[in-house]
Amino acid sequence: MAADLDLDALLSDEGKHVIACCGSGGVGKTTTAAALALRAAERHGRRTVVLTIDPAHRLAQSLGMKALDNTPRPVEGLEGGSLDAMMLDMKRTFDDVVASHTSPDRAAEIFANPFYQAVSSTFSGTQEYMAMEKLGQLRASERWDLIVLDTPPSRSALDFLDAPARLARFLDGRVIRLLSASTPGSRRSMLSLMGASAAVFTRVFNKILGGHLLTDVAEFTASLEDTFGGFRKRAEATFRVLQDDQTSFLVVATPEPAAINEAVYFSRRLTEERMPLDGMIMNRLTPVGASLSAERALGAAATLEEDDPRDPVAAVLRAHADTAQRRAAEQRVADRYSAACPDIPQVRLATLGSEVVDLAGLRRFGAAAAGS
Amino acid sequence: MSATAPPLPRLHVVTGKGGTGKTTVAASLALALAGPGRRVLLVEVEGRQGIAPLFDAAPLPYAERHLAAGLDGGEVFGQAVDADEALLDYLTMFYKLGSAGRALRKFGAIDFATTIAPGLRDILLTGKLKEAVSRTESGRMVYDAVVLDAPPTGRIVKFLNVTVESGRLAKTGPIGRHSRSVSRLLHSSLTAVHLVTTPAAMPVQETVDAHRELLAADLPVGHVVLNKTAGAEAVDITAERLREGLRRTGLPSDEALVTALLDEYGTRRAETEAIDSYRARLGTLGRPISELAILPEGVDLSGLYRLARDLRGGLGAPGGAAEGDDPGGDDRGR
Ligand SMILES: Nc1ncnc2c1ncn2[C@@H]1O[C@H](COP(=O)(O)OP(=O)(O)OP(=O)(O)O)[C@@H](O)[C@H]1O
Ligand SMILES: Nc1ncnc2c1ncn2[C@@H]1O[C@H](COP(=O)(O)OP(=O)(O)OP(=O)(O)O)[C@@H](O)[C@H]1O
Ligand SMILES: [Mg+2]
Ligand SMILES: [Mg+2]
Repeated sequence: MAADLDLDALLSDEGKHVIACCGSGGVGKTTTAAALALRAAERHGRRTVVLTIDPAHRLAQSLGMKALDNTPRPVEGLEGGSLDAMMLDMKRTFDDVVASHTSPDRAAEIFANPFYQAVSSTFSGTQEYMAMEKLGQLRASERWDLIVLDTPPSRSALDFLDAPARLARFLDGRVIRLLSASTPGSRRSMLSLMGASAAVFTRVFNKILGGHLLTDVAEFTASLEDTFGGFRKRAEATFRVLQDDQTSFLVVATPEPAAINEAVYFSRRLTEERMPLDGMIMNRLTPVGASLSAERALGAAATLEEDDPRDPVAAVLRAHADTAQRRAAEQRVADRYSAACPDIPQVRLATLGSEVVDLAGLRRFGAAAAGS
Repeated sequence: MSATAPPLPRLHVVTGKGGTGKTTVAASLALALAGPGRRVLLVEVEGRQGIAPLFDAAPLPYAERHLAAGLDGGEVFGQAVDADEALLDYLTMFYKLGSAGRALRKFGAIDFATTIAPGLRDILLTGKLKEAVSRTESGRMVYDAVVLDAPPTGRIVKFLNVTVESGRLAKTGPIGRHSRSVSRLLHSSLTAVHLVTTPAAMPVQETVDAHRELLAADLPVGHVVLNKTAGAEAVDITAERLREGLRRTGLPSDEALVTALLDEYGTRRAETEAIDSYRARLGTLGRPISELAILPEGVDLSGLYRLARDLRGGLGAPGGAAEGDDPGGDDRGR
């Protein structure tokens, strides 16, 4: 197996200013981000902020806060140090970006556009894009020396890297350009130049989705273009932030085939893009305490059951065998990651006895992850 | 079949929180429904190719393909429906678009349309489902049942209800008509939406929420599937008794091992008790509950058949009927 990941060394490294926790849905990204931020503040005295993207609002509870919003607020009840926490509000963040780059009139026009409303609240990719945007803002403020970033619950960790660029490409793309050229005011629709099939397309499209959508899109992109020079450039700039070595990526996974495959793909991509991948956290292995093989436990249980089919010792042994088998199967799955990415330091973390619901739980999680 | 009995479901929509086992349950359900002489189609719509690996098969194409033998001699087919392809189908079907459609696609217009309006994607996907459910060949239904590995609970109502909106928007013309017929199918007793959950706080909460939302949208809820249960029978055990038993069978019986075994057993019992409380909470929904045990070795193909056997009789009875319903009926659904 790969070298052990030394999380305390990472958290105390003064040269690291951003730690991003990535992984597929439900593996423990938010919990990891919060626990590491707490540990960095309490144990390593770093002025830390955790930026979470947790629509389920459970993190706020764990941190003992009623609610988190788009502004960092101090976490209370710390055993030393300083930690702020915030939750990304993507619509707010998008609104702020627009407002800060254009005149109030123009901004009001954009806000009123129905397509802007769709893009800023439901569009796939916006959340990832705005997470990067927010990260840039937090860094620029220089109020913190460590920013711990949770990533959005998407089905694939790659979305976090790809979605902003995809959104930018889309909004910068050919079709949009044509549409912008065909906004009311310009004399003729470029789409019509594409011939009859395009006309059919527009008609069908308008019919299904309501007549205004195409116009809204065109107006929106036109006004956006001249306010801040295109999405693509902006997405590229935020992407570069993630490449410098003040940033550290941690991949989180659970020992399930799908999560491991994701983690492997993601790790390879990070390496290809020269992004600093510093470790992998294999979360939620079944805890096994007793060192007794499943086979021996089952054999002994069978012997006991010959005398008494309801022997309680046999029940205990069978429960252990089952637990040990589950753990062994998980280890085999987890080993696929070690085989595919032998150079990435790793830490394996058992499921804690109780769900992580408060600061004490986050502390326990952090201590277990740091191996102390 | 008596004239008053509602038709049995032929479209099984399997949803649940991410990672609870939607794909696994959908696949086993398809196997269970493929009784003698029956043909079942297993469909995925999220472009993830989650089905093929379960059957050790190559990635599924847009056109349906034979996937596996069902539990009792039937056949299971698989299909990965893709929105872009479906849009071309759709345009061709209603507007005789032919090769012009391909040109549009090359230009990026199709991609554009489905990106800009996520709702369009769902219209197309549900449209394909409707087509598969109602397809006939020489007067006989091509598929006795269609099982959908559906989007997760967070998006399911939006997904299934999209045609209600589009049917309203397009009052006249083929698209409006089409939307309304899809919507009719999804809101009828020919459809059953099954909710998969694991015995854990968040998935159970999402199940309860989704159940409420489905009812509010007038969508037909089928079974609740409680997946990955692990039951340890509750026994009373003391350290002495355990030590004695270990000694009797020639196992080590040191203090550390005894404590560790008792700890593990305590954890398992707590899990079992938690499962009981989740079962009770799910019981309040008033839907039949099918349970699937966690397979300690993970799910391979033989595991899939094993889960299918566990589903048969309950959720996996032909047509997904609860007990008491007419079990036969090859002539149904004409
Ligand atoms: N090691 C652990 N022990 C016990 N519970 C854990 C552990 N890791 C995570 N959990 C629990 O698992 C659940 C999911 O974790 P979390 O919300 O952090 O995942 P996530 O990756 O952020 O999910 P999403 O993709 O939905 O944002 C939470 O209830 C959390 O308390
Ligand atoms: N009864 C079971 N016993 C053991 N493992 C199971 C069982 N059911 C599902 N699994 C495993 O749990 C994991 C998640 O299952 P699956 O992929 O079916 O979930 P899903 O709900 O489709 O996930 P996603 O939301 O990612 O699509 C897989 O590794 C699967 O093999
Ligand atoms: Mg999260
Ligand atoms: Mg799935």
